[in-house]
Amino acid sequence: MVTEAYIYDAVRTPRGKGKQEGSLHEVRPISLITGLLEHLQQTHDLDTSRVNDIVLGCVSPLGDQGADIAKTAAIAAGWDETVCGVQLNRFCASGLEAVNTAAMKVRSGWESLVVAGGVESMSRVPMGSDGGAWAMDPATNIKTGFMPQGIGADLIATIEGFSREDVDEFAFGSQQKAAHAAQSGYFKSIVPVTDQNGLTILDHDEFIRPNTTVDGLAKLKPSFQLMGEFGFDSVAEHRYHYVEKINHVHTPGNSSGIVDGSAAVLVGSEQAGKDLNLTPRARIIATALTSTDPTIMLTGPAPATRKALDLAGLAVSDIDLFEVNEAFASVVMRFQKELNVPMEKINVNGGSIAMGHPLGATGAMLVGTVLDELERRGQRYGLCTLCVGGGMGIATIIERI
Amino acid sequence: MSAIKFEKDADNIVTLTMDMPGQSANTMNDDYREAMSAHVKTLQSDIDNVAGIIITSAKKTFFAGGDLRELIKVTEEDAADIFAMTQGVKADLRALETLGKPVVAAINGAALGGGYEICLACHYRICLANSDIKLGLPESQLGLLPGGGGIVRMVRLLGLEKSLPFLLEAKQMNPQRALDKGLIDEVVTTKEDMITAAKAWIKANPTSQQPWDRPDYEIPGGIPGSPQLAELIPIAPAVMRQKTKGNYPAQDAIMSAAVESAQVDFESASRIEARYFTSLATGQIAKNIIGTLWFQLNDIKAGSSRPDGIERQTAKKVGVLGAGMMGSGIAYVTAMKNVETVLKDVSIEQAEKGKSYSAKLLDKKVSRGQIDEKQKQAVLNRILATDKAEDLAECDLIIEAVFEDRSLKAKVTQEAEPLLAKTGVFASNTSTLPITELAEASQDASKFIGLHFFSPVDKMPLVEIIKGKETSDETLAKAFDYVLQIGKTPIVVNDSRGFYTSRVFGTSAMEGVAMLAEGISPASIENGAMLAGMPVGPLAVLDEVSLSLVLKIEDQTRKDMEAAGKPHTPTPGQALVRQMVEEFGRSGKAAGAGFYEYPKNGKKHLWSELYQRYAKPAKEVDLQEIKDRILFIQSIETIRCYEEKVLESVADANIGSIFGIGFPPWTGGTLQFVNQYGLDKFVARATELAEKYGSHFAPPKLLLEKAKKGEIFE
Repeated sequence: MVTEAYIYDAVRTPRGKGKQEGSLHEVRPISLITGLLEHLQQTHDLDTSRVNDIVLGCVSPLGDQGADIAKTAAIAAGWDETVCGVQLNRFCASGLEAVNTAAMKVRSGWESLVVAGGVESMSRVPMGSDGGAWAMDPATNIKTGFMPQGIGADLIATIEGFSREDVDEFAFGSQQKAAHAAQSGYFKSIVPVTDQNGLTILDHDEFIRPNTTVDGLAKLKPSFQLMGEFGFDSVAEHRYHYVEKINHVHTPGNSSGIVDGSAAVLVGSEQAGKDLNLTPRARIIATALTSTDPTIMLTGPAPATRKALDLAGLAVSDIDLFEVNEAFASVVMRFQKELNVPMEKINVNGGSIAMGHPLGATGAMLVGTVLDELERRGQRYGLCTLCVGGGMGIATIIERI
Repeated sequence: MSAIKFEKDADNIVTLTMDMPGQSANTMNDDYREAMSAHVKTLQSDIDNVAGIIITSAKKTFFAGGDLRELIKVTEEDAADIFAMTQGVKADLRALETLGKPVVAAINGAALGGGYEICLACHYRICLANSDIKLGLPESQLGLLPGGGGIVRMVRLLGLEKSLPFLLEAKQMNPQRALDKGLIDEVVTTKEDMITAAKAWIKANPTSQQPWDRPDYEIPGGIPGSPQLAELIPIAPAVMRQKTKGNYPAQDAIMSAAVESAQVDFESASRIEARYFTSLATGQIAKNIIGTLWFQLNDIKAGSSRPDGIERQTAKKVGVLGAGMMGSGIAYVTAMKNVETVLKDVSIEQAEKGKSYSAKLLDKKVSRGQIDEKQKQAVLNRILATDKAEDLAECDLIIEAVFEDRSLKAKVTQEAEPLLAKTGVFASNTSTLPITELAEASQDASKFIGLHFFSPVDKMPLVEIIKGKETSDETLAKAFDYVLQIGKTPIVVNDSRGFYTSRVFGTSAMEGVAMLAEGISPASIENGAMLAGMPVGPLAVLDEVSLSLVLKIEDQTRKDMEAAGKPHTPTPGQALVRQMVEEFGRSGKAAGAGFYEYPKNGKKHLWSELYQRYAKPAKEVDLQEIKDRILFIQSIETIRCYEEKVLESVADANIGSIFGIGFPPWTGGTLQFVNQYGLDKFVARATELAEKYGSHFAPPKLLLEKAKKGEIFE
């Protein structure tokens, strides 16, 4: 018998605007995560010596976020010295990869209790500051036809025939849903960020714009048109030669926001839960990874979802709620079209377009978000999926208990 | 040792004067390598008695660069030797720049490629103020990279952002511009001044070293990981490849070597550069480019297709009949080269309008500072716009450039011919009408020849010279000399419908339409052709020349077939073009509607109905298939021209295809494309294409024979 992996808790910080004016810019990345670790310990009166490992996603692991921030956080949070920590990077999927890794550790029987999550202070360590051969080494860049994700998102929209109006309409929906959910107190997993005096720094997702209008969105300039025309559009020609011209529809308004935040999910075996008197909230029943064409880059969610569903022995229609990361509007729209999922089941409380996408943490945040909503609705299955750099896709299915 | 003279003066200043025996220019060959190596050793062994070093040349030019005859023979098996040779050349230059003594380049003439790389290894560069002197690194144009330390030192001298254009685009500069850009340090007027300045600098800087060897040195503009370059580097390959489409490994290698060189120390950078150089030198693309665009082009310019034994002649007065687009362009390029030019049309207004075209082009040159007002006026003064035939008196050459109408051409020929100088010849600028037939209107067909100019005449480098049946060698020589005189490249072909270039051009354009008729997405056809290296897609090209022209040609074919008692069945491509013109009223760009839409305020785009009417969305297309069809059909048609003796030389075929119809330079031209593909492989692929797409791809007999014998087109 395989040991099941249970989710005992899933928490996150609110998301702060990822710039100097953002509320969390003053907060050190390490504090974003130790705050959550301390919260978990206190809430569950957790004997931290029972925690085998802390697995944290972080996409730009340098500077404030460098040098294995997971182990650093374990020490900084005052957890038992036996607690290990590892930082991992699977681009935008890092947070969900952390959860999946934790589940695999537990299901293997070799570890029994793991904290999984992620952290990203995009205001402090900007996206791309870790360089990397793909973009920065010409030989690699040339050989692989490097192209930024935004161009891929615009390419998806062009191929699928999503107009600027379509993607803006989607973005408007995300804002509306997120505003409603925030107002209604649906985001139970939020743990406010406080200072050393216990004073609250931020207790809500500050990126949401409840007053967004479709007209307002229509006025924004396309983000990737200029760089596309400079040269990136032509990179796509080699594979997408049937596209005469890429329609640059994505703007800051219909793409994920740049924010700061972190998340932590407590994953463990049934026995560990019993020993520590923890109540399981859900079971992780399938995880999947896949990879697709790196040029268009963002078409991974549908095949990853199919793979996860196959593993779980479920059909698309069995899933009650989908969390599809809103990296760009076209990514979610294509997912919806490809799997023919009713839009009413996708991102019911909005997504990264409204709330932001703290790269290393988002995947773990999605788990908490979908679990909160399954509990609120009394539903059973939730699926989280993200598009990932390099063409990868990731998916996780959880079953509420 | 005799290749570089070693002299030391009373002040212990050593002058190394490059003067390779038996060569008009210094090149980076064995003689150079041995001599430089020996001198560097001498200097090292007697360093205490050396105050400084001046490098200069006894030739008209400073140094010409790598020895291409040597480089073109290199194969993949020679990789280790090439790497070692390159490293050897660089080791000597490195030793020189790190002697601890000032080294000055006294640049007396052109320093290109390896020549400029020697200058870069010097601490100070002084050049003669002669605007004819060219400086720069043109290697990339030949499919190579500056492998003598040029990349490493340029990046360290100017920084990545500023050096890349020089390295990638092979920009050449005159001394003043080079001074402005920081490529040289001083400009002087005479050779004596140059040596005096060099010695003065040596005395003032007795322990000179390169900036990049100083401990506090930082690469200008930042290293690759720095914020200044964080946005530039990821997009730089895409910007470059928008032009190269990935067909030019030299540009890829240069960009890679430049960036990598900025991340490591000088010696490591030098090895990185040498490894990339080796990959290019041993690769096929550089051979295609050097073979055609250097050796074959030089042969053509030296007169390989010109009849022997006839003295070179200079045209003093040239007449141009018809002041339309072509005639105006011909008048311009002729007058630009100091030739008295008569531009005649039926009315003085028409003729003046044609002349104003020259004024427009000259104004542009003035505004760019390339010429001054006086020079502009001098050119215009050489063009006589007229409606009087008498003004053509005593022309050495008269070129008619009137409409493509046989009777009109006959009329102007007969009107103008009597006015020719006694030894003068008459040329027809036509792209389609057989010269032999046009010559029937002439009083002396031996003095009648075809000169096919390409549009726009001022930009297109090629002129296709067409010999009629009766055209004499003297006439050909005269026409050939004229083409060289106006700075164009002549190829010589025999008379045939469409001659060489138009014929081959037509096949690739029609192949594009055939693909559309099969249901392939028009965007894929256009992109496929451009990714193969063609400057524009076949559908865009047909829009430019007009779809009606395709119909005219087909009508002619039908007439010919019917005359021969054979039935004519239009190809699917021809049928499609007919439908476009006759049913949809879309005859091309001039009509404002063709395969493309031409919106008044905006860029052209494919007519969206092409997708509904022709493209089959489910049709799977393999990009390679599109590229091969576009390139193969042109090579196959070229082989047919060669077989039918329309073409007489491989050089004419290759150069004509690149300069005239935009066949991609990376291939080395239509026949070199076959050579480098491998004749056996080419036959196999052509046979495959013939089975799939029609007998027009069937390998011609000449190709089969050559493949069987193991020969290539040379």
